[in-house]
Amino acid sequence: MDGILLGILFALIAYGMALQWGVMNIINIAQGDLVILGGYIAYFMYLYGIHPAWGVIVSPIIMYFVGIGIYKLVINKVVDRDLFISILATFGISILFMQLMNFAFGADVVLANSGYGTTMLFDSSVTLPNSKIFAAVISIVFAIGLVIYMKKSKLGRAIRATAQNARAAKILGVDTEKVYAATFGINAALCGVAGALISITFTIHPYMGLPYTIRSFMIVIVAGLGNLPGVALSGMGLGVFEEFADYILGTEFRIGSVFLLLVLILVYRRFKLSKKREYLK
Amino acid sequence: MINKNLIIYLSILIFGLIAPFIFPAFKVQLSILCVLIILSITWNIQGGEMGYNSFGNILFYGLGMYLCASVQVGMFFPLAEWTESGGEKTFVHTPAQFFQGFGAGLAVAAIVPTIVAGLIGYSILGLRGHYFAICTLGLGVAAGEISGGIEIIGAGQGFTTPPFPNIGSLEARGEFFYFCSFATLVLTFIAVKSIYSTRFKLVLNAIRDNEDKAEAMGIQTMKYKIIGWMISAFFCGLAGGIMGGLVGYIDSTDVAFDGREMGVFMVLMAILGGKGTLWGPIIGATLFHAFKETFWTFFLGWQYVALGVLIVVIVIYFPEGLMGWLREKYPERFGEVVDEADRKAQVELK
Repeated sequence: MDGILLGILFALIAYGMALQWGVMNIINIAQGDLVILGGYIAYFMYLYGIHPAWGVIVSPIIMYFVGIGIYKLVINKVVDRDLFISILATFGISILFMQLMNFAFGADVVLANSGYGTTMLFDSSVTLPNSKIFAAVISIVFAIGLVIYMKKSKLGRAIRATAQNARAAKILGVDTEKVYAATFGINAALCGVAGALISITFTIHPYMGLPYTIRSFMIVIVAGLGNLPGVALSGMGLGVFEEFADYILGTEFRIGSVFLLLVLILVYRRFKLSKKREYLK
Repeated sequence: MINKNLIIYLSILIFGLIAPFIFPAFKVQLSILCVLIILSITWNIQGGEMGYNSFGNILFYGLGMYLCASVQVGMFFPLAEWTESGGEKTFVHTPAQFFQGFGAGLAVAAIVPTIVAGLIGYSILGLRGHYFAICTLGLGVAAGEISGGIEIIGAGQGFTTPPFPNIGSLEARGEFFYFCSFATLVLTFIAVKSIYSTRFKLVLNAIRDNEDKAEAMGIQTMKYKIIGWMISAFFCGLAGGIMGGLVGYIDSTDVAFDGREMGVFMVLMAILGGKGTLWGPIIGATLFHAFKETFWTFFLGWQYVALGVLIVVIVIYFPEGLMGWLREKYPERFGEVVDEADRKAQVELK
């Protein structure tokens, strides 16, 4: 059960990654660090006596502007360039954020206590912290909201058009530069929501960003770009896998097993495709 | 022309041989520089020439480090007790044992990563672009996390390598490791230079430029990719083994599989110097190391922030590197025939 609730959170982050991957063709290594930064915003609200659940609203607003700032400073210079350049640039941003957060917030593991109780199911054979249920519900609400927004609104349509063919969209009068900035901002805002939820349900630490990047990358490659039910399902699958790995192998191998799983999935996909003489691209 | 090159090489060689005696205080720094140059040259083999940008060469480096130290200890003493007692307190290597162990350790540290590269190469090198980069990134981090959980090599507490035996003067340790790393550097340079003058390099470049076409021309690209990666792994393992002895202490995520430092450094150095050239990584590594050592003390505590900024700046404003910039500026020096009219036309087009 824990794994499924965890997986819903992962799926939310992965959705942001899929969005900017599809639209801008950039893999953002700093994704996880944005999540952690969003978590710290909620944590600070908790420190100042505001209920951290409000972080779910405040953190995406702040993170949206952080995302736009990163886009204006760095990403718009690498967006049309070699793929490797953008990976390396976001890797640099990731290191930068990691360390800045380490200075600003200290290297301690922190958690924003929401004060929610626990729910017992099936004669208390399954215990569920309410905070996790809250997190899962909020992420589903945000995910559905975003899907509707992408389908109905003008900006959403522009984003989808740019994802299909940036050049054609530009010719037809879509300001692609603005669309890219908005996409990056929306992605950062999603990370903010997920981060706030993570700081309520789990713990955050400045160096915990990279595993979240890898998890969301993994979910996206398993589900495929733009396949929302797939993203949700594979997110839950990953969550369950992690809980099992944690239980069977021990906590010290948890992160290691996630990274190893990534390698295995990529290798499996590669062999499957090579039968058709294709390759992952 | 050949004579001129020969003079340059000889003068560098002589400088390298006498450098530790001219600058005795910088011996450790010079050894680290040698290791960094080796890493960036080898990264360049598949990153620059083959177009497979790997974040995972740190895997071979860390593997070499652990293997060299483990063999050096394990040849004479039980490994588990060594790590449990924190190493040097209970067991002492005699000088002969130390050098024999180190030699054997280096041999293992070079050979095993090569085999590992060969084994995983077939599955991993089938990935392209983004996927290869992220997959190797995952490999490096996974190796670090997993080795941090293995008891026999010290798990989270780290692993102390055998201390240098008490022979000769106090300077002997630094000199020994300096000459080790310098010899490996010369070996690497000769090997890579001779590789670059063969058909093998052309094949690698063909893979970089267009792998499908290269395959259509009848080149078995997979074979060449694996061999290229194995060459990288061989020298990375050697460099790791030497670095382990030099640092004297191995920790899974901070020294051996340090993706955040070494793993990024080797990519950054090669890009700074200009990837896809022989001298680029060497110049890049030297510049980077000089920059790092001069300014790191000013940024004390802020190194990673500076590193992050440096990566972003280099990548955005300097992606072709120093050699790429020089080549654009003075193409004649690189033996390229330049048509003046054509060049002018291109400038006007821009």
